[in-house]
Amino acid sequence: MTTVTQDIQPILKKYPNARRDSLITILQEVQDAQGYVSKESVIAIGQYLRLPASKVFGVATFYNQFRFHPTGRFHVQVCRGTACHVKGSLSLLDTVKKDLKILPGQTSRDRMFSLEVVACLGACGLSPVMCVNGEFFARMTPTRARKLLDGCRKEAVQS
Amino acid sequence: MFTIEVDSKTVETNGSETILSVCKREGVHVPTLCHMEGFPPSGACRLCMVELEGSSGLVPSCSFPVTKGMKIKTRSPKVLAARRTIVELLLSNHPDDCLYCSRNQRCDLQTLAAEFGVRERHYIGKKNNRDMDVSSPSIVRDPDKCVLCGRCVRVCEEIQGVSAIDFIHRGPKAVVGTAFETGLNVSSCINCGQCILVCPTAALTEHSYLAEVVAALSDPNKFVVVQHAPAVSVTIAEEFGIKPGKDADGQMVAALRKLGFKRVFDTSFTADLTIMEEGSELVKRIQSGGTLPMLTSCSPGWIKYVEQFYPDFIPNLSTCKSPQQMMGAVIKTFFAQREGLDPSKIVSVSIMPCTAKKFECAREEMGRDYVQDVDYVLTTRELGQLIRMFGVDMMEVEPDRADTPFGMRSTAGKIFGATGGVMEAAIRSAYFLLTGKELKELRVQEVRGLEGIKEAKIKIGDLEVGVAVASSLKNAAQLLESVRAGRKDIHFIEVMTCPGGCIAGGGQPLHGDQNAIKARMQALYQIDRDETLRVSHKNEDVARLYQEFLGAPLGEMSHKLLHTHYHKREVLV
Ligand code: SF4
Ligand code: SF4
Ligand code: SF4
Ligand code: FES
Ligand code: FES
Repeated sequence: MTTVTQDIQPILKKYPNARRDSLITILQEVQDAQGYVSKESVIAIGQYLRLPASKVFGVATFYNQFRFHPTGRFHVQVCRGTACHVKGSLSLLDTVKKDLKILPGQTSRDRMFSLEVVACLGACGLSPVMCVNGEFFARMTPTRARKLLDGCRKEAVQS
Repeated sequence: MFTIEVDSKTVETNGSETILSVCKREGVHVPTLCHMEGFPPSGACRLCMVELEGSSGLVPSCSFPVTKGMKIKTRSPKVLAARRTIVELLLSNHPDDCLYCSRNQRCDLQTLAAEFGVRERHYIGKKNNRDMDVSSPSIVRDPDKCVLCGRCVRVCEEIQGVSAIDFIHRGPKAVVGTAFETGLNVSSCINCGQCILVCPTAALTEHSYLAEVVAALSDPNKFVVVQHAPAVSVTIAEEFGIKPGKDADGQMVAALRKLGFKRVFDTSFTADLTIMEEGSELVKRIQSGGTLPMLTSCSPGWIKYVEQFYPDFIPNLSTCKSPQQMMGAVIKTFFAQREGLDPSKIVSVSIMPCTAKKFECAREEMGRDYVQDVDYVLTTRELGQLIRMFGVDMMEVEPDRADTPFGMRSTAGKIFGATGGVMEAAIRSAYFLLTGKELKELRVQEVRGLEGIKEAKIKIGDLEVGVAVASSLKNAAQLLESVRAGRKDIHFIEVMTCPGGCIAGGGQPLHGDQNAIKARMQALYQIDRDETLRVSHKNEDVARLYQEFLGAPLGEMSHKLLHTHYHKREVLV
């Protein structure tokens, strides 16, 4: 716990006399540095800005960009933008949720997978789109999604 | 000053108010949900919409300022339709649970639906099925019944300065919750229940222990006794539709007996005892250079607040337990011995105006050998429920009196129920303890009334004692900050967690507005005017308890049973 809190002190120090209007920027920087916003970070940020933890968390959850769990070894993004929606991304997401047994925003217990829903990946021509660790997968179907995730599992066993 | 027109009637306004406040003054009914008297408008619910001539849409009256010559319609078909739609939308994802709901017949949402004559489901939304939070010993949250009006969030932040809860997520996923959506029990919530009082629905309710109490009452192997706090007798009648300000002490005592409690004690007795201990502690601190200002310790929400947010002030807290816990302690020791009862057979119930008392009685400091001194705390509202459940007609019973050996109380103990009451009682007795004489004027006007912070300088012999009284934790924090910043002229601070004191506690009857709180306060001071025993140090039963059992104030036995220590708490979230 202490290590994480210490980690963000250098970030906080960059904002002397910061007030609540710096909250989003600080949250972003913390997430960039750690991959997610931990409970300890929320409390530390709150103490630094003299804001209650509930407020910091409330603001952070208002924006979809923040994660509160560390990402898994495979970070899976499913696009739910308009184009992808039209091409059936809802059932795609459903398949992925069931396959991974986690909800968007969560990370599996073994830290293997994390799931995120994004608004538009900017690749509408390839819709519906999924993304694993930054790599795009075009014109996905539920079957192909399951194969893709199995591939990840195999990769993990081999390495 | 100018005039505006409300429903074709010309009315005057000072020009710097909202449409809603004009309507209220003129007796024009405008329904509201998120609006809170004395708070800036939040404009969240839109229920208060009215039609403004010359403007295409409707405007929210709670936040819309009056302008010269404006013409308002509050009951046009357009207005009524819009309001009804809002209510219907609120109902669309609401669990239709009224018959099974603790707020049935006391629910603002239900009232609105009834007032608007909602008869059909025009909108069918997805029900949420979120988990209830029953983790706290004091407060239960049912997010499915929340209409996101935000009143609880504001009270928690702006009155209590706690901010245990806030809006989390957004859009259809929005909920009111704690950071990381943990249970309230590990949050910074101090259990005050003020959020319950402002919640229009059953999204926030007390953690009820009625079932446990009913079970104990029907168990022949248990000896069930009850104590009732000073502020309960002046509010319980409201549970039965009587208007605020009635003291129903005798009837309530009689009703408690009819419910099956073997002994009925008045917590005001141990309020007197508290004064003997706390007064002596104050005198000792002043005379021996102890930590000052001393802070009162009878309000458990405040104690948790200090432990979490002002741990450096823990040495300032009086070591006295609260009157509830003192009563609990003498019941399971002195009373048990006197009656030849096995303390483990005694079930000690307490009727409190307070939800934080439920938390307090379960604190590990508050018992011996893993046995709690007070087993169950019921709020005034729960007592009302119990009386109805057992079909006792409280307003018709023959009044009765509290039981020996704690049968006597002074009115000083009774006024504990209002902000400033503990202070006034303490001043009366501290004066006697220090000078051996009685105060000429027992009434200490400076510490009475509903202001958030009150101060006075009291001359005791050649000592000038500075006292301050705060109710609501935001106000208390303000005093602590001034002490931190170096103020030295205050010796003693009384803090009540709830604004107005226990008469406005989180366990009191719902819908108690400022006027109700004033009436409750008046009822307490009326008792102080009417009766003759007005100082704690003349309570003969308290004196006898010292003689037969406790020894002297601050003595060894007192120390063991009536005092405690508090510790710093890490706030988890
Ligand atoms: S909160 Fe009100 S409307 Fe909702 S179920 Fe309970 S009584 Fe009915
Ligand atoms: S009980 Fe008091 S501290 Fe807890 S959430 Fe409600 S208002 Fe806030
Ligand atoms: S819990 Fe009650 S007071 Fe709080 S936002 Fe929901 S309905 Fe309003
Ligand atoms: S909508 Fe999916 S990539 Fe644009
Ligand atoms: S009462 Fe006016 S917007 Fe809610």
